[in-house]
Amino acid sequence: MNFIKVLRKEMMEQWRTYRFLIILAVLVVFGMTSPLLTKFMPQMFKAIPGMTPELLNAMPAPSVQEAVGQYVKSMNQFGILLAILTTMGIVVQEKERGTAAFFLTRPVSRETFLLAKFSAQTVTFFAGVLIAALGSWYYTDVLFEPLAWGPFLALNGLMLLAFMLYIALALLGSAIARSQGTAIGISISAGIVVAVLGALPSIGNYFPARLFTWGTMLVLGAPDSAWPALVVTIGIMIAALLAACLIFRRQEI
Amino acid sequence: MNAVSVQNLKKYYGPVHALDGLNMEVAPGAVYGFLGPNGAGKTTTLRLLTGLAIPTSGTAQVAGVDVFKMRNRLAPHIGHLPEEPAFYPWMTPREFLDYLGGLYGLNGAALLARRKELLALVRMEDVSKRRIAGFSRGMRQRLGVAAALIHHPEVLFLDEPASALDPAGRKEVLDLIEGLRGQCTVVMSTHILADVERVCDVVGIINKGRMVVQAGRQELLERYAIPAFELEADDHAALTQWSEKLPRLPWVSGVTPQNGSIRVIVKDTRAAKQNLLKQAIEAGLILNRFEEVRPSLEDVFLQLVGTESVS
Repeated sequence: MNFIKVLRKEMMEQWRTYRFLIILAVLVVFGMTSPLLTKFMPQMFKAIPGMTPELLNAMPAPSVQEAVGQYVKSMNQFGILLAILTTMGIVVQEKERGTAAFFLTRPVSRETFLLAKFSAQTVTFFAGVLIAALGSWYYTDVLFEPLAWGPFLALNGLMLLAFMLYIALALLGSAIARSQGTAIGISISAGIVVAVLGALPSIGNYFPARLFTWGTMLVLGAPDSAWPALVVTIGIMIAALLAACLIFRRQEI
Repeated sequence: MNAVSVQNLKKYYGPVHALDGLNMEVAPGAVYGFLGPNGAGKTTTLRLLTGLAIPTSGTAQVAGVDVFKMRNRLAPHIGHLPEEPAFYPWMTPREFLDYLGGLYGLNGAALLARRKELLALVRMEDVSKRRIAGFSRGMRQRLGVAAALIHHPEVLFLDEPASALDPAGRKEVLDLIEGLRGQCTVVMSTHILADVERVCDVVGIINKGRMVVQAGRQELLERYAIPAFELEADDHAALTQWSEKLPRLPWVSGVTPQNGSIRVIVKDTRAAKQNLLKQAIEAGLILNRFEEVRPSLEDVFLQLVGTESVS
């Protein structure tokens, strides 16, 4: 019911409240500068007074592998953090402010209300990852060697999927909670649980963290696959969105 | 078919019975004053009737739609103005009304015309391109009224629409509501008796989650009015002395001394009109005032609800 109109409003809100620009700026800065950092880090260290040759030798030599690794690490850390931080307040804030009550008596279903927010966040992260990827690809090409387009696109697609999972988890937290504090608690806890489970050797292969490794391997041409992690990530994301919709549908505003 | 019909509606929050078997009927086209002390259950009722809350039990129909079984079909039929309407502060009134109009399927020239009409109605043409973030409470309330009316709703729910406004803002909002008479059914919750007296033609009084009485305003005043006369004289001692004899008269049921005057409660208004003034003059009293007391909604309210929480 009115999904496109509500999504358009959400996108306008992302723009007017600078959320779009902030997400874009953080992802682009950390993504794009990764090859630059990899290339120039040794020179920057050399310039530090008192830096011993042993320490400098211990640093890995700049390479395309290092550049891709740095890109994935930066996007992983900041992307997940941004996904949680920028999503955890978007529903609960409207409940507290009263705009949810005002709009949910209009022809806007509760599912539309939630899914439009999820879609707007996804579009923003898509734009951020796209520009960051383009910048990173360009600088890697200039400073090291060209990366194959296909695997690099796949890497970024997998990263976006992981971010969407964290957006869905934070949205669930925001839909359940009645106050910002609770929303923060639920969203961050859910993010930590998924991250910790992904770090466990026994089941880690089935969690979203594995998608980053898989993407890196694809770019570097190493044989690897993590389809179970992909399925589990999509599964958790859909489950989180369904749970958010079901809970929100029965919730008193 | 009534515009609003509520049967045995209950809403419990744990041990708190916010609504305890509410029954309510609002005829189409009425301006219905939903009156009650703070905490009586007015806002809970409106939240239930607009689909924002879920009842413990009971049924309700608004504009022919079963509120609790077909919540998704309710929106096109109702307009809702919460006590503190909330907006997206980054929007302008123009953008806001366009967005809302779009949700109701308005577009193109029809939307433009409706937006223009509403901005004129709430006198906001001058600020239509300003961000809502800087608006005063009164401006937000007026914009809320415009928003609630954008799709010509059949039933308009207003929750304390003027309670937090200054006298000028209150007058503006009440004028707006008065102007809606005949256009749609209005259900206005309030604890301000003067507002109801001014704009509503039907009154429902709620207390402790139950409907105490529901009737036309005039009917209510007549039904619950205490027939009384007030007399005031400079010589208060003489007036009081004379009034002590009045309870012996067959048509008088009691006398209450007040500040500088007396209130005579009568059993037979006709006999009182014929005799009371005559007897006062014969007793040599020089009266400053002789008045048949016109009952107010406040008198009715106090009789029915009590004095503990009246504003």
